Amino acid sequence: MIERAIRVTINGLAYERTVEARKTLADFLRDDLELTGTHLGCEHGVCGACTIALDGAAVRSCLLFAAQVHGREIQTVEGLAEGDRLNPLQEAFREHHGLQCGFCTPGLLMTLTCFLRECPDPSDAQIREAIAGNLCRCTGYRNIVAAARAAAATARR
Amino acid sequence: MAGAVGRSVRRKEDHRLLTGRGKYAADFRLPGTLHAAVLRSPHAHARWGAIRTKAALALPGVVGVVTAEDLGAIGRIPVRLGQRPSATAIACLQPPLAREKVRYVGEPMAVVLAESRYLAEDALDLLEVDYDPLPPVADARRAVERGSPVLHEAIDGNIVDTLHTHRGDARAALATARHRVSESFAVQRHTGVPLETRGLTAAYDSGSGVLRLWGVAKVPHFNRRVLADLLGHPEHLIHFIELEVGGGFGVRGEFYPEDLVVPWAARRFGRPVQWIEDRREHLMATNHSRQQYHDIEIGFDADGRIVALLDRFMVDMGAYIRTHGVTVPELTAALLPGPYRIPNYSSEIRCVLTNKTPSGTYRGPGRFECTFVRERLMDIAAQKLGLDPLELRRRNFVAPSEMPYEVGSGSLNQKTVYDCGDYRSALDQALEAVGYEAARAEQAEARRGGRYIGIGVGCLVEKAGLGPWEYARVEVDGTGHVVVYSGIAAVGQGIETTLAQVTADELNVSPEAITVVHGDSAQVPFGVGGFASRGAAVALPAAMEAARKVRAKIVRVAATLLEAAAEDLVLEGGAVHVRGLPDKRVSFRELARAAVPGPPGMEPGLYAAHFFEAPKMTYPYGTHVAVVEVDPDTGCVRLLKYAIAYDIGRAVNPMIVDGQLVGALAQGIGGALFEELVYDAQGQPLTTTFMDYLIPTAMEMPAATEVRILEETPTPLNPLGVKGVGEGGSSGCGGAIANAVADALAPLGVSITALPLSPDRLLTLIRAQTATRPRVGLLDRS
Repeated sequence: MIERAIRVTINGLAYERTVEARKTLADFLRDDLELTGTHLGCEHGVCGACTIALDGAAVRSCLLFAAQVHGREIQTVEGLAEGDRLNPLQEAFREHHGLQCGFCTPGLLMTLTCFLRECPDPSDAQIREAIAGNLCRCTGYRNIVAAARAAAATARR
Repeated sequence: MAGAVGRSVRRKEDHRLLTGRGKYAADFRLPGTLHAAVLRSPHAHARWGAIRTKAALALPGVVGVVTAEDLGAIGRIPVRLGQRPSATAIACLQPPLAREKVRYVGEPMAVVLAESRYLAEDALDLLEVDYDPLPPVADARRAVERGSPVLHEAIDGNIVDTLHTHRGDARAALATARHRVSESFAVQRHTGVPLETRGLTAAYDSGSGVLRLWGVAKVPHFNRRVLADLLGHPEHLIHFIELEVGGGFGVRGEFYPEDLVVPWAARRFGRPVQWIEDRREHLMATNHSRQQYHDIEIGFDADGRIVALLDRFMVDMGAYIRTHGVTVPELTAALLPGPYRIPNYSSEIRCVLTNKTPSGTYRGPGRFECTFVRERLMDIAAQKLGLDPLELRRRNFVAPSEMPYEVGSGSLNQKTVYDCGDYRSALDQALEAVGYEAARAEQAEARRGGRYIGIGVGCLVEKAGLGPWEYARVEVDGTGHVVVYSGIAAVGQGIETTLAQVTADELNVSPEAITVVHGDSAQVPFGVGGFASRGAAVALPAAMEAARKVRAKIVRVAATLLEAAAEDLVLEGGAVHVRGLPDKRVSFRELARAAVPGPPGMEPGLYAAHFFEAPKMTYPYGTHVAVVEVDPDTGCVRLLKYAIAYDIGRAVNPMIVDGQLVGALAQGIGGALFEELVYDAQGQPLTTTFMDYLIPTAMEMPAATEVRILEETPTPLNPLGVKGVGEGGSSGCGGAIANAVADALAPLGVSITALPLSPDRLLTLIRAQTATRPRVGLLDRS
């Protein structure tokens, strides 16, 4: 078994761990650090449920090895709220009923967090395109688009 | 305080789900857990000898391999739903692990247990099996032919059941009908595909003898009993706990082979065992659905009124009969007549076994299929009769004055009796919502410009509120908190919120202040579960009635404490006061403590249970209208606009109702345009990843979606008047979208009789027409 020592910052906290070289980043987050808010929907990079922010960019944690994030900075869904207070994007999801079963939601929140930073005043078409890599089986996406639009408006205010 | 019922109360579930704190099946952790991986058949049909496990067991970290031999005499998984299974159906039930023969790719043969999932999967590769492949049959139409390979030697051939429905004499009526229209239709194999795959953790406490399972869903109480029977373990020593459920759609929560093997292994090895399905497994192990072939004929009189409908169809059941038995075929026939008055109706069904994944229900089971068949047939008939398709529908709708209306069919051990409805109004509202006249004008304009825009309608009758009952208990705990315990199960539909709303109104507290408990067999002793759009129509009335009983107890205890007449008492904000004397009050907390033992003659404690019985289903209904544009060069269908008008009697939470309809619409669009579980002739599944099995993304949704929630006909079958909204957003999609595509391509004369209308299929149809005809319209494109 090949192992690697890694140092990584996640949601502002520094972690030093030894990981099996073949362990995916998603499994590392979920199993080694018990950050189970990052979900696995397909493990082949299509569904987007496992999306996290890696140095500010939305990436799929099922397609990365933990060993690849040595020295990097990660944000997961657990890093969005301040204590119990939802951030504006989370609040918009709640207000606009942008989630049902909630399984795909962490991935969508992370995708949109990164997207809205780059594109603070998006059109609906741009939002749809931004989330086209995140599958949701419950909502039909309409309310997710509405939530993203509302969150962007709040942030611009 | 304004009532909570009828308001778009924000969901109680959301905070934990938005912060990543919800615990789904794969998020559950116990120390010392063994991880399971399942050896699945790579062959569609084969005999096989022993599994050689030596190399796998020699791998460090591998603890055991479970095969059918280890399970001993454990029986097959029984049918849960519908009519009593036939002897042939029972002969085709699935064993938890295969013995001697495998009948579909993905069939579980053995389970490896190891210290991690990585190691368990390594060990799978080291298991050796000698297979003796048999000729497979992957197509139901071939499986019924003489000389076709037979899956189950215990029955004669591959037809596991034949079902018949007769009202009047359809054949005789067709013989004398003025107009007869016949057609063949096919619906493809596809299924629910929740974003969370299945998963389960089991742990056995050898001291107390309690076997605990986490990650159960849909029908925990029923499945607990099945597990108790199969294991020969006392039911009261089995504890089921639901956790969060990442989508159900009918497929999750049925009793599958893994649901037996995982707890069996936990008991056998004395350590917790966790199994999490991966996506590839899911697409070949979890129930498939929907595959049917219809040969249908309809007859009309001179005025365009239906005189008879005769449908002979075949349902591809897959390799075994699973927990739904023949419910899906039965439901297809039960609801095929839809909103139309059909005096003579016959259906003849063959339920056929094939070497493919077994099938079960998927959101709107039977209704997605029959609505596509019927609504497409109505459009084809309208064209043949020279009538406007809307006019043909209007002439045949069952009228509100005919309610309750007996269809002459049946399902789930009851007759199909529509409780109430105004089908014409739903059609009119959907047309208004989509802007029908404007859309027709736009279509005409587009056609002149060589563009192919089409408009299609799908009218449907759904079913909801399946009983036989649901359980609820409401209590005020010793700190004054109101708790609702419900036998319903969550599938992501927001049931906690609506249960809280209904209870809140009875006790005049805020829904936010109410705790909802469900999916825990230790806390909720009885339950039926979450399926068949039954939450609002069956579980909510149970909670409402239980809350009323508690309210009576609250008033009784308060009357004693406050020395006031019951009719002078007011419940408000978690306390009771005397009308006009707000200081003369007593809190729920004080009342709960005083209620034990409470006033003489009262059953102690501020709690009450209620079983709400629902012997009859309710039948929500509505209309879908699709406006599409087809690109004749690529076969791509773009949804320009989509409208749904759907009557559910009463909306407890309009936001949630709207969400259900739009979410179901996405799945219906998938079924109409993209999703297909494809097999090759050898029975190999070709769609085992999300790169092959295409579910709609945000890009494929309609550019504009209009939802009209109708509350025109509250059902008389429950005190809330609510029907159920889980499925109607899907059921109309196949019909409406296929009719719209056919309408768009009418200038080319393309015949649309099969789903999905994926670009490749549509392009083949378009090319077949344009190759033999002058390129009308196409040449006009510049």
